[in-house]
Amino acid sequence: MGNQILVYIDQYKGQVMPVSWEVLGAAQSLAEKLGGGIVVLVAGEAPQAVAEQAFHYGATEVYCSDSPSLADYRPEPFTDFVVKVAQEQGAEVVLFPTTTRGRELAAMSAVDLGAGVMPDVTALEVEDGRLIATRPVYAGKLLAKTYCETGPQIITLRARAYKAPEVDSSRTGTPIQVDAGVVESDVSTRVLGYTQAKGGVSLADAGVIVSGGRGVSNNPSLTPPEGMDEKEVEVWRAQQGFKLVGELASVLGGAVGASRAAVDADYVPYENQVGQTGKLVSPDLYIACGISGAIQHQAGMRSSKVIVAINKDPDAPIFKLARFGVVGDLYDILPPLTEAFRQRLG
Amino acid sequence: MNIVVCIKQVPDSAATVVAEGGQASWGDAPLVMNPWDEYAVETALLQQEAHGGDVTIISVGAEGATEAIKSALAMGCSQAYLVSDPELAAADSRVIAHVLAAAIKKVGDVDLALFGKQAIDSDMGVTAPQTARILGWPVLSLVSVVQELNPEDGTIKVERSIEEGRQVVESQLPAVVTVSKDIADPRYPSFMGIRKAARADIPVWTLADLEADIPAPLVRWPEVVNPPVREITNEIISGDSPDEIAETLADKIIGEKVL
Repeated sequence: MGNQILVYIDQYKGQVMPVSWEVLGAAQSLAEKLGGGIVVLVAGEAPQAVAEQAFHYGATEVYCSDSPSLADYRPEPFTDFVVKVAQEQGAEVVLFPTTTRGRELAAMSAVDLGAGVMPDVTALEVEDGRLIATRPVYAGKLLAKTYCETGPQIITLRARAYKAPEVDSSRTGTPIQVDAGVVESDVSTRVLGYTQAKGGVSLADAGVIVSGGRGVSNNPSLTPPEGMDEKEVEVWRAQQGFKLVGELASVLGGAVGASRAAVDADYVPYENQVGQTGKLVSPDLYIACGISGAIQHQAGMRSSKVIVAINKDPDAPIFKLARFGVVGDLYDILPPLTEAFRQRLG
Repeated sequence: MNIVVCIKQVPDSAATVVAEGGQASWGDAPLVMNPWDEYAVETALLQQEAHGGDVTIISVGAEGATEAIKSALAMGCSQAYLVSDPELAAADSRVIAHVLAAAIKKVGDVDLALFGKQAIDSDMGVTAPQTARILGWPVLSLVSVVQELNPEDGTIKVERSIEEGRQVVESQLPAVVTVSKDIADPRYPSFMGIRKAARADIPVWTLADLEADIPAPLVRWPEVVNPPVREITNEIISGDSPDEIAETLADKIIGEKVL
């Protein structure tokens, strides 16, 4: 007791955000350096099935609660639960995944615990028993080294910064049910429902991202349906181009991204935007199609392992970041490229 | 309906930011309102147009850091306060949240406190939920649509953009709301607005003015460094036909062993 690492598993109706297991992996390597145990926390609907997965990933102690107040995600009761377990366990380090929920729970838990919070960390080192965190700032243009003067230290870890542990389904256990300590009448929000459920691979977790930019609308040879005005034709053209982007992404098991220009021109929803005012991503492979590579876009994707650029303009700044470049029309290149990968990757 | 918008002044997103002597430096790049905060200001003004009341800007920053505030006033906000105190030089997010909570209380009768998603300099994204927790108000983060705002009943109904889609949530007021970029396009300041903002009186509050217990900072960032320079060998793939280029490119990408 008193030297525990608490790991928060972020799940939604039984679907675990994959970065959660990477956080468990990070906790395991920290526990070796810091000593002490790991306590895994599962909140939300049907925590038992998620707890079972946590044991497969190597968790030895899993706390969960079936309090009806935790059935739907609301930050206030979830924070109450995290804080209660953190205090009872005397947690010295509380790790969350950098997700929408993880970030705000970390923020709010830090208030209750009188602790410092370091969100969206990409590397952790141990120095004299204290964690030194590296966080990208200015959209990754710089890295900040940061630490908490006193514990507990509250951290969220960015997706793809750590490896998830190996899964071994022979490892099992029994989760410990705890009272979440939530009084429903104290909660002033109510979840009414969900709309626009999304499928597919999320940008943050994606190993491969294929992105389209303003150039995607640039194909005069396409004949749009009659009766469209100029703007509708532009968006229609872009959507034909994003179909090609989507097909390549799908063959590679990846996600579709977009530049700010493409989002501002209404080609694709904001959720797809990569860049300083969109999502910051670092996949293994980033294929930029018809994206010139404004500094704000570069900030969101420059840490990708391998960058490929397809652009008509040989002077486009994106080529400077690209391991491979093709000076050409994405409408010419993408269909055969998708086919080539389909043949090679089966 | 009294709304506070908390905004931050940051270097322009197009600035070339480098580490010099362990500190961030952006040369002579202009300082502007954090781009995410513009969406919060726009949301506040739309709600004010529908329901009346005041839109008050609060910003924490160095003495004279009023460029962002002036932009917000030029968009049409009613008034603004700058919280500035030398003691805040080493403030962390929790300290700033305590300061903002105290300033919101000092403004008084606030129904809604709006924030951008995060600041583009520190990229923390924790100040709004922390401020909410300190105030004891609910937080509704990453709101893409305000479906209903009912000042009489003191309720708000919103759509939040989360990883899985949209969550529809109803909350009692007062509440803290952070907005997503797709909520509305920020308006351009009018000529009259710019003139008015240039002449506006922006009161400065010190920590003593806030009459609140502000904790000591716990998070330290001794050093900011440039990311490691990556050696990228650029290779332009060419060929006689798109098919040939595509075949070569696919082989080269597979050769990188990232798939």
